[in-house]
Amino acid sequence: MFVEEHDAKQLIATGGVPIPQGAIAVSADQAYGIADEVGGPVMVKAQVPSGKRGKGGGIVKSDNPADAREAAARLLGSSLGQFAVDRVLVEACADIAHELYVAVTIDSAAGGPLLMVSTQGGMDIEEVHATTPDQVQMVPVDIRAGLGAGEAMDIVTATDLDPSLRAPLASFLLTLYGLFRRYDAQLLEINPLAVTKTGELVALDAKLVVDDNAAFRQPDVGPERHTGTALELEAKEQGFLYVELDGDVGVLANGAGLTMSTMDAITAHGGSPANFLEVGGMAYKRATPALALVLKNPNVKSLLVNLCGAYARTDVIAEGLIAGFEALKPEMSVSFCIHGTGEERAQQIVRDALGIEPHETMDAAVMEAIAMAAAASAGEKGEGRRQ
Amino acid sequence: MISSKPQVLVQGITGSEGTYWTEQMLSYGTTVVAGCTPGKGGQTVAGVPVYNTVADALDAHPIDLSVIFVPARFAKDAAAEAISAGVLTVIVLAEFVPVHDTMEMLALARANAANLIGPNCPGIVFPGRDFVGIMPGWSDRLFAPGRIGVVSRSGSLGALINLNLVSAGLGQSAFLGLGGDPIVGTTFRDALEWFESDPGTDAIVLLGEVGGSMEEAAAEFIPSMAKPVVAFIAGQNAPEGKKMGHAGAMVSGGKGTAASKMQALAAAGAHVATVPSDVVALLNHL
Repeated sequence: MFVEEHDAKQLIATGGVPIPQGAIAVSADQAYGIADEVGGPVMVKAQVPSGKRGKGGGIVKSDNPADAREAAARLLGSSLGQFAVDRVLVEACADIAHELYVAVTIDSAAGGPLLMVSTQGGMDIEEVHATTPDQVQMVPVDIRAGLGAGEAMDIVTATDLDPSLRAPLASFLLTLYGLFRRYDAQLLEINPLAVTKTGELVALDAKLVVDDNAAFRQPDVGPERHTGTALELEAKEQGFLYVELDGDVGVLANGAGLTMSTMDAITAHGGSPANFLEVGGMAYKRATPALALVLKNPNVKSLLVNLCGAYARTDVIAEGLIAGFEALKPEMSVSFCIHGTGEERAQQIVRDALGIEPHETMDAAVMEAIAMAAAASAGEKGEGRRQ
Repeated sequence: MISSKPQVLVQGITGSEGTYWTEQMLSYGTTVVAGCTPGKGGQTVAGVPVYNTVADALDAHPIDLSVIFVPARFAKDAAAEAISAGVLTVIVLAEFVPVHDTMEMLALARANAANLIGPNCPGIVFPGRDFVGIMPGWSDRLFAPGRIGVVSRSGSLGALINLNLVSAGLGQSAFLGLGGDPIVGTTFRDALEWFESDPGTDAIVLLGEVGGSMEEAAAEFIPSMAKPVVAFIAGQNAPEGKKMGHAGAMVSGGKGTAASKMQALAAAGAHVATVPSDVVALLNHL
């Protein structure tokens, strides 16, 4: 879950992180009112669940309330990347002396949290790390012991930060790490963390990504604004993992690994998959709605059903699919390969209901599905010419 | 890791999945010595005594390995109970375990010199000996005693390759399912090290997928190995920024692509297949 800036800032402010004074506006006049109340120059920032807003023109500095109103009018109703901008954050400009970078993320290779600190804030940290790796302190944290005060001080001391700021930054790191843990974060990044001319630390931006698997214990987070095509959103609502692709062979397979491999085989044999859809795990009992999803994509010209059951029972999937075929009566050719748990019964179900003989090998099924899609496309073009 | 036949504890044995798979494991020959469900101590499941706590089970039986059938949100506490009580290998099957919980389980396992396998994994199979988890170890279409070590993130891709191996007259020394999460306790590198030292294994099949850097880390070990490695990486056409079913299977910021993994493995001397059916062909040409 990508938590939008304003929501992330509210969460970290509750946890003790200083943020600029400001508020959310959903209209240009509201933006004027907030800027007027804040006083002085403000930042008007589009709220979308994505990074790189600055480069996309989603962050505008405004010197007075009238400018803020104009900026908000321009941003509201526009779109940034794939998101519509329906609210902006209007907040005070900090009196910045220096910008720092601080983040806690997960190092999946090491299997633990990773604290990152740099005195080169405000920039793309990956670029900083690539060009001047010694400018980024990267310190693994023992999740059982947590981040210790001495450890935080050591990290800060290793930077070229002004000594007077060491204690406040070390204390900031402890707060940040606590928030990372409290919100089940995959990433909590403050970039920039401003050092003001009066020597205070203020979080000018906040990027918080919360683990979807922990949503059950994070009542203050979400719901997330979902991205994706209409079909992907519909699938998500039904609890399916579906990715729409630009090919013409619809894919129904069980399990993430087998489904990806099926897509790879389609491509290797010269075809093009229309979707990723996993009917594995507990979803194997829901083949009927899964089939309906695959068929809803108008680009699908043939269907490949590739099952290799382990935990998932192929006979249960086959029953669900046949129920779907009987209800939806799709006018498209289907190619099957069914092996693994329940395969004899599954193959018989397909033979009896559809009169189709499943292929012995996955490659043969893949090649037939590609040929079927090509034939269907050629047929459509032929009909087009006749008209 | 599991060199000799383990004495197995099933945590969550009284749930429907725990009971079903305990019955399957027992009938295949797995030594399930005890089960554990809080509040159900004193019952039996398929003849296996149930205890309230792992410590109670350990008082009554030697236990080498615990397999955890509890739902994702309770997996961490169950694993911690087993590891703290002294169980040296713990298999977590559940999908959707919070990643902070996985980091805690892994840290606890390391501190106790225990092995964590999973989460989000299908378990392990030793054809002809025993299996632990939710792979149909009894299926003679998928498994036959042999000398190929198979290690896979995914159960379904593992099933396909195992089917192809058995159809070609080959068999497995062991199948290890590592799991599809971004962080898993046992890595490809751990598995390669284990198979390299296993006298029952002649060659290894590594089945990876997009996301993370576990395959690249394994590649670093391959040049020092005496046994050949055949690899396949799923998700060669995975679009950037989309989770491909498994939480760990995502290409992001141009990293974790199948191409980079295939290149690293090939450069290290592995034989890399482009489609699953090539795996058997490559094994036959070793």
